[in-house]
Amino acid sequence: MTTTNNLISVKNLSKVYEMGDFEVHALRDVTLEIQKGSFVAVMGPSGSGKSTFMNILGCLDNPTSGEYYLDGIDVLKLDKNELATLRNNKIGFIFQSFNILPRTSALENVELPLLYNGKINAKERTERASEALRSVGLADRLHYLPSQLSGGQQQRVAIARALVNNPLIIMADEPTGNLDTHASYEIMDIFQQLNGKGITILMVTHEPDIADFALSNILFRDGQIISNETVQNRKLAKEELPKLPSIKMEVTAK
Amino acid sequence: MKLLNLIKIASRSLRKNKMRVFLTMLGIIIGVASVISMLAIGEGSRQNIEASVSSLGTNTVMIYPGSVNQGGVRMGAGSYSTLTQKDADVLATRCEYLTEVSPVVMRSSQVIAGSQNWHTMVVGGYNSYISIRSLKIESGNLFSSGDQRNAAKVCVIGQTVSTNLFGEGTDPVGQFIRINSIPFRVIGLLEKKGQNTFGQDQDDIIIAPFSTVQKRMLSGMYVNNILASSRSEGDMENAKEQVTEILRLQHKLGQEDEDDFTVRSQADIANVFGSISKVLTILLASIASISLLVGGIGIMNIMLVSVTERTREIGIRMAVGAKSRDVLFQFMIESVFISFIGGLIGILFGILVSQLVARFGGWPVVITASSVLLSFAFSAIVGIFFGWYPARKAAGLNPIDALRYE
Ligand SMILES: Nc1ncnc2c1ncn2[C@@H]1O[C@H](COP(=O)(O)OP(=O)(O)OP(=O)(O)O)[C@@H](O)[C@H]1O
Ligand SMILES: [Mg+2]
Repeated sequence: MTTTNNLISVKNLSKVYEMGDFEVHALRDVTLEIQKGSFVAVMGPSGSGKSTFMNILGCLDNPTSGEYYLDGIDVLKLDKNELATLRNNKIGFIFQSFNILPRTSALENVELPLLYNGKINAKERTERASEALRSVGLADRLHYLPSQLSGGQQQRVAIARALVNNPLIIMADEPTGNLDTHASYEIMDIFQQLNGKGITILMVTHEPDIADFALSNILFRDGQIISNETVQNRKLAKEELPKLPSIKMEVTAK
Repeated sequence: MKLLNLIKIASRSLRKNKMRVFLTMLGIIIGVASVISMLAIGEGSRQNIEASVSSLGTNTVMIYPGSVNQGGVRMGAGSYSTLTQKDADVLATRCEYLTEVSPVVMRSSQVIAGSQNWHTMVVGGYNSYISIRSLKIESGNLFSSGDQRNAAKVCVIGQTVSTNLFGEGTDPVGQFIRINSIPFRVIGLLEKKGQNTFGQDQDDIIIAPFSTVQKRMLSGMYVNNILASSRSEGDMENAKEQVTEILRLQHKLGQEDEDDFTVRSQADIANVFGSISKVLTILLASIASISLLVGGIGIMNIMLVSVTERTREIGIRMAVGAKSRDVLFQFMIESVFISFIGGLIGILFGILVSQLVARFGGWPVVITASSVLLSFAFSAIVGIFFGWYPARKAAGLNPIDALRYE
């Protein structure tokens, strides 16, 4: 069923929401293969099924029918505990609304996935969480609470949390949806660096200029994929960031 | 390793939600503390009542004038005048089940010694009155039968009377006091007895020979009541029957006439008081149950109010790889911790409140292990259930549904 290079393989994936008398077909027979090392931007109008698709791929939700293989594993055959382990080991999920624990420091938020991974001891946990935060540029914010961080910084905490267990794939549902251009580009910079290290990235976005940072773009409409194209003039965040008018300066000095 | 992680997760979560933890604990503390103190007060008064009733002497028989049934209303002792000293003497000679019998007259009087004066109850009885009531002489002597025959102006006095007339620690024996202007010689001091169940000071009393009080201080031949001892506890019922028989004959009551007196045994009185204290305990227990319930509802409210936030939190945890059982275990650890700490604080508070009541309210309290266990168990169950139940619901959801919960 799966070739070695396919990290994700879905076939005839459908999701139907029962809404009392009528049904909402959020996904209709979606078939797609994503190779290791891809950086895919998922586009499409509101309500076209992007989030539904991402949630199923992220093992946060079940499809109504279809097949789904992740890294050669028949995901739909797994029970809840196995799915949890899969999410913990292989998937890093990033939400539009950050979804980090309130009143909990950046470090502790990032440590969270490691706490559910019994093989990692306390020392390694703190080291890896600090390292993940450093890699998203928050080395000096380890003990900040979410309420003391900007939106961009909170999203970077969420990215660090997604990274910390060395996932195969990062799935991000509108990670820049709540951020301004500068913060968005910084996130794209991080994504491109991660992708450069071989991590597969799947990202939903509404903004075409964000989608241009990906390697390929998928377009959804009415629960179906209507196109899957390679990005022609791919932008590099490293190059785009300096071009932005520097109105927003982060305070780095203490 | 994994358990250690869950404990870590739970303790972090507790630290992040101090207000919620505090409010939940408060519910438990209130519940536990009120149950313990209420039941301690109830149990204390029950034991106190029992003690003071049995201190009357288990063989005591009391005969009051008037009938329980007269007019359907039982009037207070002294409302009727049907008993006389003669009745007492007849009972003493003819009732073989009774060992000691004493007629009792009482009069509340002003007592003066030197420049001090005091208002107290003066009781007149035979010298057997002392033994029937299980009173003891601390110093000096009891009056004799001769004193009774001669209506001697002697008396024994209680500790309170002694303290108020002669000062703390002074032996009053040999001193003179004036009761209603009549001089009496104090020949004995009673041992301290303390308060009875109703807060009455049992040491605020003067006992003088029956004839002295009857002749010198009162007019008329009627007595307030007759006090007697049965030969043994087993003879009590026989004694009561025989007393009734003898007195009916003595009072020349016909077949249809009702008794014009009432005979009560120690056991009867114990029963009455027993049921009073049972009612009291039930009352306090229901107040305590209500507080438990209120505490429980408080816990429930806090838990339910925080369900939305907690459900989202569970969604986040599951999204990063927590299994349902990890989540449940975390919540279990949290609520067990809250319930136990809250329960322990509640116990301390309960004991503290009981002690305060005992000290400042002068109310006897007895903390029982069962009340501690009961309240602790109830609160723990409520706390754990309401901590665990929303978590169980949330942990059963898809992570995405938990994340979107509102
Ligand atoms: N829990 C749900 N219950 C019922 N219908 C749902 C549910 N979630 C999504 N839908 C429906 O499924 C369809 C797809 O929703 P989805 O959230 O996947 O859209 P989307 O492409 O992510 O949109 P947007 O760009 O606005 O985020 C929509 O019509 C939506 O109303
Ligand atoms: Mg969406």
